[in-house]
Amino acid sequence: MTEERDTDIIIAEDHKPELNNDWSGGDRKPFRTSYGKLMMWYFLLSDAFTFAGFLISYGALRFSSPSWPVPDKVFATAPFGINEYFPNGEAPLIFVTFMSFLLIISSGTMVRAVQEGARENKRGVVFWMLLTVLGGAGFLGCQAWEWTNLIVKENMTVSTNPFGTYVENGYYLDPETGEITDEEVVEGETYLLHVAGQSHGEEAADDHGDDHGEAHFAYSTVPGDYPGYVVDGLRPDGTGDPTAKPFIHRKYVVVDEETNEQLLKVQEFGPPAFGALFFGITGFHGFHVATGVIFLLIILINAGSGVYVARMNGYEMVEKIGLYWHFVDLVWVFVFLVFYLL
Amino acid sequence: MAQHLSYEESVRGVWKGLGLLAAVTVVEVLLSLLKAAEFAESIRPLIYVASLLIIALSIYKAYFIVYEFMHMGYEVKGLAMTVLLPTLLLLWALIAFFNEGDAWRKSREKVLYKDQLELPAGDEVGMSDDNNLLYLSQES
Repeated sequence: MTEERDTDIIIAEDHKPELNNDWSGGDRKPFRTSYGKLMMWYFLLSDAFTFAGFLISYGALRFSSPSWPVPDKVFATAPFGINEYFPNGEAPLIFVTFMSFLLIISSGTMVRAVQEGARENKRGVVFWMLLTVLGGAGFLGCQAWEWTNLIVKENMTVSTNPFGTYVENGYYLDPETGEITDEEVVEGETYLLHVAGQSHGEEAADDHGDDHGEAHFAYSTVPGDYPGYVVDGLRPDGTGDPTAKPFIHRKYVVVDEETNEQLLKVQEFGPPAFGALFFGITGFHGFHVATGVIFLLIILINAGSGVYVARMNGYEMVEKIGLYWHFVDLVWVFVFLVFYLL
Repeated sequence: MAQHLSYEESVRGVWKGLGLLAAVTVVEVLLSLLKAAEFAESIRPLIYVASLLIIALSIYKAYFIVYEFMHMGYEVKGLAMTVLLPTLLLLWALIAFFNEGDAWRKSREKVLYKDQLELPAGDEVGMSDDNNLLYLSQES
């Protein structure tokens, strides 16, 4: 090594890369991707944690309940009376499978839009993004129908869950006379509590064809304790509460294994957390789909009017909204898993 | 990889992937219906196997969407790891909170069981000459 001289330092400075004053950081990109795409990934990671928090709380509450509504019974309806063509008028999971297909297909058309963007093909981008928007809007329409059906026809609210599940085997009482019938109550089976005086869309759950045999019998709409059933809304002083929803709870007997005694039971509401979790989580997902559709439309219009042609970066904006859209599909995979499949 | 494919090949890849996802979804729904069918109620292992299969297929679907549709498989490894590794934290959350939910159910069952227990009457305890105990049992 030679000893240091002033000139050495000056030469070394000359070889350093030029520092710029605007903090843009030079021309090497971290992870060889653009800032926008990288940040979209990190946003999606944080969003994944939000959804995971919701889904894990769903799991914890489901584990903490002695029973949970069977999804095949809860989600057994379809629009235009399609479920009437199925046995017992129940079309388990059919409609929600259709919804899943809509979202998966719109994910595929989104990949096509990104591919056309990479080729700088404006017409292709607009066409495939339009199909994606239609898929997303179709999904939202289906979800609106599903919610309306649950709220209006089946009387589910955030805190009321009319879908109960038996935890014991037993026999129903005849609603009219209060005598024990041979109609079975099966452990693990889910029933839907109907509201007195309302025509219900589906004859599912607790009926099992008994409507046909007892067509002459009609449940009372007045709150009270009847021989074979209870109508909600009876105050302790014996008067009826007109604001209460008159849910009908049928009575049944369970034979105690030890003492051989017959215990009288009444159909209960299902776990109250079900409604809040269902509307909360599918609502939050639906909100993501809705914002996704809005952003897809904005970028579709921009692409159509040639904004991205000028940028010459292979329609990167389409790629970014594509990442978001696939994420929405990804979340649906897990929402579908926990709410409908398991 | 995808960068080396021709345009026609990558277009075909999209439709193939779409078909795969649709097929997996159909299999999942069929398994779910099978596990809820009436004859399955008496066969517990069938329900567990079907549920585990459904979960495995869903995770496969998630992997496919992230790696193919979102192109994660073709990004730099560092990017993939910064996004994927933090999600492993969720494994712990799953174990902890599902355990917690189970504990809530057990403690509720315990409370319900204790609520329906009847207190023995004072003279049945057999120590009625002890004034203090008698007083206690009458109190409650």
